[in-house]
Amino acid sequence: MSIKNSHRSKIIYTFLAWTISSLIFFPILWTLITSFKTEAEAISASPSLFMFDWTLENYEEVLARSPYFNHFWNSIVISLGSSILGLLIAIPAAWSMAFVQTKRTKHLLMWMLSTKMLPPVGVLIPIYLLFRDFGLLDTKVGLVIVMTLINLPIMVWMLYTYFREIPSEVLEASRMDGANIAEEIWYVLLPIALPGIASTLLLTVILAWNEAFWTLILTAADAAPLTAFIASYSSPEGLFYAKLSAASMMAIVPILILGWFSQKQLVRGLSFGAVK
Amino acid sequence: MGSINLKQVTKDFGDVSVIKPIDLAIKDGEFIVFVGPSGCGKSTLLRMIAGLEDTTSGNIEIDGQDATDTPPAKRGLAMVFQSYALYPHMSVRNNIAFPLKRAKVSKAEIEKKIASVTKTLNLSDYLDRKPGQLSGGQRQRVAIGRAIVRQPSAFLFDEPLSNLDASLRVNMRLEISELHKTLATTMIYVTHDQVEAMTMADRIAVFNAGIIEQVGSPLELYNTPVNKFVAGFIGSPKMNFIAVEPTATDATCCLGIRPEHITISTTSGTWPGKVGVIEHLGSETFLHVHVEGKATFTVKAGGDCPYVYGDNIYLSAVENKMLHFDAAGITLPQQHASLVAI
Repeated sequence: MSIKNSHRSKIIYTFLAWTISSLIFFPILWTLITSFKTEAEAISASPSLFMFDWTLENYEEVLARSPYFNHFWNSIVISLGSSILGLLIAIPAAWSMAFVQTKRTKHLLMWMLSTKMLPPVGVLIPIYLLFRDFGLLDTKVGLVIVMTLINLPIMVWMLYTYFREIPSEVLEASRMDGANIAEEIWYVLLPIALPGIASTLLLTVILAWNEAFWTLILTAADAAPLTAFIASYSSPEGLFYAKLSAASMMAIVPILILGWFSQKQLVRGLSFGAVK
Repeated sequence: MGSINLKQVTKDFGDVSVIKPIDLAIKDGEFIVFVGPSGCGKSTLLRMIAGLEDTTSGNIEIDGQDATDTPPAKRGLAMVFQSYALYPHMSVRNNIAFPLKRAKVSKAEIEKKIASVTKTLNLSDYLDRKPGQLSGGQRQRVAIGRAIVRQPSAFLFDEPLSNLDASLRVNMRLEISELHKTLATTMIYVTHDQVEAMTMADRIAVFNAGIIEQVGSPLELYNTPVNKFVAGFIGSPKMNFIAVEPTATDATCCLGIRPEHITISTTSGTWPGKVGVIEHLGSETFLHVHVEGKATFTVKAGGDCPYVYGDNIYLSAVENKMLHFDAAGITLPQQHASLVAI
């Protein structure tokens, strides 16, 4: 009886999981299909899912009309650059919060997290004016700085949670063995915490890759990443669904592939500390 | 060289005073054991000597030099932790080589030292294994190897055997004692196990609530404890305590008798009692005897003890072996009229 019940519940859960996954995946599937349609078919009143003339002309046109590889390169520089710079700041910060705690450490962590609760538009004007005055508008350096600052609280939190799982005696042993703080972090902490650091890096690369608010405001052409490239097909050049879809697919495919191959690492990274 | 001097050393965590002013001189080459119940401050003091905890006040001198504010790496001490604290991502070879690499020792010299240390500790066959592939005893040996390879002026052991099973613990105890005889280096050993303390130490410091109650050789502490706490803590099984009424001429409030200083008779004695649980250890037997109106006494008898549960027997104390404590628990000078007062 119980075997029958568990079999039935397995079927129900599988069905539910497939339904929800399909709902989440549907917009991406729709975009993928639209990217192979002509503009006329894309805006047709009775759109077809598979029965249409498949074409690659949208991809050809998007590649011909926009410097895709420039945007792609900008996305790589901005997401990787900001994630690596963020790690360089977040690792020592998380080390001190995890292993040299003071009475105020918890407050500091909460304060860092609270900055993520502020809507980005709240600091739009000061950041824009600073960028203008320092000549950082439409530069990759400027975007790397902004992305680093945006993702830093998440990086410190993730690393802090991970470091807390490492026994402090191992680090103390390295101190007794003659290591200074830099050697303690480089030779002992980082190799042990490598899975956590990799998860943090992956997550922040994805977050920075997909960030659109600041990239649209602070870039024009030179430093525009793929998010700005997608937006250029919705305005001001008119609304072209098929080309917009093709551009979207070209922007999200690299990060989808990265996410697909690293999903195990990501799930581990997001759930560590949850179960002791 | 490896003398360590503690001068009025204290440690506070916020408003809580964990170590009250402590003075202790540890001689070069000495094996001193810090023993005491959990939370008495013995591990904290060891970590202060190591430099892993700041000192609130007072001075720590190592080889005559003030090291109170010296970072751990510069104190020339080595520490073996309770959890071994091996580097999990490094092989046995790299774990042992780590302190030498930090000290910029040449590669050839490192190889030579690793070979010598691993031979001493029977680790030569495991050099390329990671700590996760070793047994508890082997891990502990690697931790000791990592400590001895850099020839420190003193070794600090923080309950190093408490994660091992009973038989391995006895073996490692002997190995550490043997190592001390071979290296003749100062060793400070923290444990809550008084058997480890008695069997390994040149001197024992008994800790209680942040103070040192008594420092002395194992037999000094055993035979002449300064107070009831030390008398109760040193010796296994524990000393029996009997509450007595003080008189105008005798301030004794409590008597202490060790289980081996009690004789048993079936016909006469000071305290009539009934045999309770009997623990046979082969070479000796521990009897728990319920004495009406007093307490349960633990009595040590020979291996061929004839008594069984429920037997009525009489207990008596061996003359001059009873300790007297006043109301504050301080040991009073030897007295002979005690049995009359009971």
